[in-house]
Amino acid sequence: MEVSRFRADTREAVTDNMTTPYKFHGGVHPPANKAQSTRTAIAQMPLPAKLVIPFHQHVGNTAKPLVVAGDHVLKGQLIGLPEDGISSAIHASTSGTITEIGMQVVAHASGLPDLCATLVPDGKDEWIQREGINFRTSLNADVRQVLRLAGVVGLGGGVFPSDMKLRVGKHKVKTLVINGAECEPYITCDDMLMRERAGEIVKGAEIMRWALEADRILIGIEDNKPEAIASMQLAAAASNDDIRVVAVPTIYPGGGAKQLIRVLTGIEVAAGVRSTDKGVQCFNVATAQSIYRAVAFGEPLVSRIVTVTGNVQRAQNLEVLIGTPVSDVVAYAGALPDTDSYIMGGPMMGLPLPNAGVSIVKAANCIIAASPKLFPPAPPAMPCIRCTRCAEVCPAELQPQDLYWFAKSKEFGKAQEYNLFDCIECGACSYVCPSSIPLVQYYRFAKSEIWAREADKTSSDAARERFEFRESRIEREKQEKAEKLAAKEKAAAEAKLQAAKLAAEQAAASPDATMPAISTPAVAPPANDAQAKIQAAIEHAKLQAAAVKPKNTEQLTPQQLAEIADIELRRARIQELAGTDVETKE
Amino acid sequence: MLSALLIMSGIAVLLGAVLGYAAIRFRVEGNPLVEKIDAILPQTQCGQCNYPGCKPYATAIAAGEADINRCPPGGEEGIQKLADLLGVEFKPFGGDTNAPKPKSVAFIDENTCIGCTLCIQACPVDAIAGAAKQMHTIISRECTGCELCVAPCPVDCISMQVIEEKISNWKWKYPVFALTPVKQ
Amino acid sequence: MRKHSHPISAFFSPFISKSDSVSAIMLKVILALIPGIALYVWYFGPAILVSITLASITALATEAAMLKLRNRPIAPFLKDNSALLTAWLLALSIPPLAPWWLIVVGTAFCIAVAKHLYGGLGNNPFNPAMIGYAVLIVSFPVQMTQWISPQGMGGFELSFMQQLQYIFSGILPDGIKLDAITMATPLDTLKTQLHLAHPVSEILTQPIFGQLAGHGSEMVAGGFMIGGLYLLATRIISWHLPVAYLGTLFAIAGIFHLVDPAHYVEPLFHWFSGAAMLGAFFILTDPISSPTTHKGKLIFAAGAGLITYLIRVYGAFPDGMAFSTLLMNICVPLIDAYTQPKVFGKKEKQA
Repeated sequence: MEVSRFRADTREAVTDNMTTPYKFHGGVHPPANKAQSTRTAIAQMPLPAKLVIPFHQHVGNTAKPLVVAGDHVLKGQLIGLPEDGISSAIHASTSGTITEIGMQVVAHASGLPDLCATLVPDGKDEWIQREGINFRTSLNADVRQVLRLAGVVGLGGGVFPSDMKLRVGKHKVKTLVINGAECEPYITCDDMLMRERAGEIVKGAEIMRWALEADRILIGIEDNKPEAIASMQLAAAASNDDIRVVAVPTIYPGGGAKQLIRVLTGIEVAAGVRSTDKGVQCFNVATAQSIYRAVAFGEPLVSRIVTVTGNVQRAQNLEVLIGTPVSDVVAYAGALPDTDSYIMGGPMMGLPLPNAGVSIVKAANCIIAASPKLFPPAPPAMPCIRCTRCAEVCPAELQPQDLYWFAKSKEFGKAQEYNLFDCIECGACSYVCPSSIPLVQYYRFAKSEIWAREADKTSSDAARERFEFRESRIEREKQEKAEKLAAKEKAAAEAKLQAAKLAAEQAAASPDATMPAISTPAVAPPANDAQAKIQAAIEHAKLQAAAVKPKNTEQLTPQQLAEIADIELRRARIQELAGTDVETKE
Repeated sequence: MLSALLIMSGIAVLLGAVLGYAAIRFRVEGNPLVEKIDAILPQTQCGQCNYPGCKPYATAIAAGEADINRCPPGGEEGIQKLADLLGVEFKPFGGDTNAPKPKSVAFIDENTCIGCTLCIQACPVDAIAGAAKQMHTIISRECTGCELCVAPCPVDCISMQVIEEKISNWKWKYPVFALTPVKQ
Repeated sequence: MRKHSHPISAFFSPFISKSDSVSAIMLKVILALIPGIALYVWYFGPAILVSITLASITALATEAAMLKLRNRPIAPFLKDNSALLTAWLLALSIPPLAPWWLIVVGTAFCIAVAKHLYGGLGNNPFNPAMIGYAVLIVSFPVQMTQWISPQGMGGFELSFMQQLQYIFSGILPDGIKLDAITMATPLDTLKTQLHLAHPVSEILTQPIFGQLAGHGSEMVAGGFMIGGLYLLATRIISWHLPVAYLGTLFAIAGIFHLVDPAHYVEPLFHWFSGAAMLGAFFILTDPISSPTTHKGKLIFAAGAGLITYLIRVYGAFPDGMAFSTLLMNICVPLIDAYTQPKVFGKKEKQA
């Protein structure tokens, strides 16, 4: 790019408040509510009495537990090994004792339990030995392995394992986008992180740019965060990489990866398309920072910055250990008495928590204490009047009113045809709906129903294939058996013919012998002989079986006798069944 | 009058020729209906329809010999899809057909199994692994829940276990529409 | 947790919403009608207020009865103001001096048949007010063409009480003939006079015509335009429908006028006469019965504009707003299906 050509004298240009000519369709401007939680610096949340660490905090396969109840672990010790494929590691967030590995309710929309480790801290917060690597002298694969084992995942809420996103594919990644937009109301964890730890974010970005061999780094920050922009510009100026900090317009969902990429580069990444195929990759600022910590210091992801806000006395940002119960976090911030529920994430896309006992996970960027006053329940839904306000604000340029219609009437094929899977569930449509229809709920329902159907279809196709294969196998076996039998019979017939011929020849050779006297014993006796032998063997076996006395059967309890009788009965039944069913079948 | 007649018969002849050509040009080999019906059937191969598998049942439906409401694993939704495909009325389960059950998989109690291979022979989709006198086990991923293995087991060690709702198979529920009348 | 106090579906993201409701939107549309109605009263007397009141009462009563029959909650739907809006639009489309039962029958038909039999709010494929109008003009053509003459134009002016008496009992003051208080509409006059082979320039000199179109009625249309501009400014309606409708009407009327000015009036006459302005901003813009895509809206409104012009010039009815709307309503599902826009990232291959 031209900027890198004029590297030497672009210091000033880099620190300029650059704007972009691109926009994305739609978007809304919900009240930001960000000021409450940016008044104080990021504070360290005190060590809780108990941590519950789920083994599935990322996109992909659940990590395999490496510890059992009773194990003593150190802070940062690997307790969950990444499974094959897309997966990530899980670590002990502090030193202490694992008291349980079992199912516990986690932060998930279903409110269902998942596999978790319970860790009781010993209070020492004692780290395992950590060692960083020099990424510039390492291989891309090595850096990715470090990140995989450090459990680094997308901290913007996507929790996609970062190592997978740093693979170099066949398309060259030109632009690395660092997402500091933070468009959701209430959430300020990225804002505070950029204000306080800009240097680490930039160093993390350098690692990613190096790993992806990208040309330039664009850091997008919404223009309602002037402090963060200033701090990031300062840090970017100190870097030798081509980094530009871009102030993007404040509009929800401008912080969505697709939307930010569009605004910064003009490139649109459709659903189902990898952004790297279009030459862009996007990471959240907090992810960049944890990548830096993992690579430079060997520090696994054991804590994150969480905004605690809403119906609390001291809304603020806390550095919280992964696994800390939400109840501890809100208690620390002073939840007000009328708080009746908690939201993980922002008010547009967040997740209502099944209860306050669930723990902070890697995806938990924000905890909002909710009260009926703060988030009044939506009025009853009215019918859709096709006003298309939803279509006006949809950042994916969908026709939400049509999708709603199809999802409602369970016409899933139609819904897919109308690009249901391009929906990013940002909630802008529900936000503006004058009929208060829970549109996103309908889309989630339709999507999960379609996924389930596709899974059903796959398994029924597999079942059909297996069934048909079995049928053909049975057919083939039958045919083979028949062929064998035919061959045998043919052989037997031939032997007979041969024997008869032989006898005839013998008879011809010795004309004085009487024919029947010789021929009968010559053919029949061998068969009789064999049969007699088999009979004798059976008799012998029977005798032997009768002779063998069962051991330890003198003093049986009635219970044991009953059991024996039962087993005998079953055996008889098996023999009977085996005799009839199997043989008649074949 | 004559010209009108001629024009009309001319059109008729022309259209007839087009139709005849289309019938030859776009002729479909085989019976795609059976395939379409088979695609809707759940492929449990359970025989609850009194046919020895899904494909035979599909063939029977296509031939008009079987009702569309004989497949309990397909559920009412399956009947609805068949009704839509065939352009017939929806028919609820009834008569001698079993009511649909929640989706389940077979499970072998490994302490009781005597290794008789009867279930292996009964399984229509080869979802049971084992050998004579060796303990058997169900490959639950492949099990269609047809229950065909339950009856042949001489020691009754096979039970059907309903598939539990877990995070991995959890689905978003249909939103409750708050507009439905609540009063009275 | 909140699960206990609300149904579970009520507490999912997004947890916040903009405060615009269906009832607020409908109310704003109703308010936007007021400038036009005020000018109506100014030029044609207060009889229109009687029809609006009658229509409103009938609409609400029918709505409540239908909701009850359909076992739906009554209060939230009565409060959504949609029935009221339909009633006002119908009342504005029929002669103010029409007998009371005409407006009652028309409104009841709109709400009961055109709206509720199709599934109620949000499900009617046709604009209910226009269905009501179409039914009335086909069934009661005489009553539907007794248009009141603008004040100071007719032979006699009824007082408000006399108007009330006429609407409810059909009795006129002694010695007054119906002809004395009613008059053909400007569009009607134009059509009949053109039939009599008078050139346009001569016809327009008659006192019933004003600056642009009909005396008085052109001002009422202007009032509706002001209300419509308010709706555009507040983004309650999108620009696509009125612009495409008025644009098409202007364009086609302009072409005809340029070719033969003696037979075809100028485009602005078409804009400001009949129900064109009311239709462009208030009738076509009914979201329920119009397309949802931008391109679809343009096609829909352009089609309606074309049909309106053809009916006005060649049809049997003086105005074509209702029939053009209904004809285009039929096409809406097709228009929507064929004008689906490309979604994010799936447009033409990016450069």
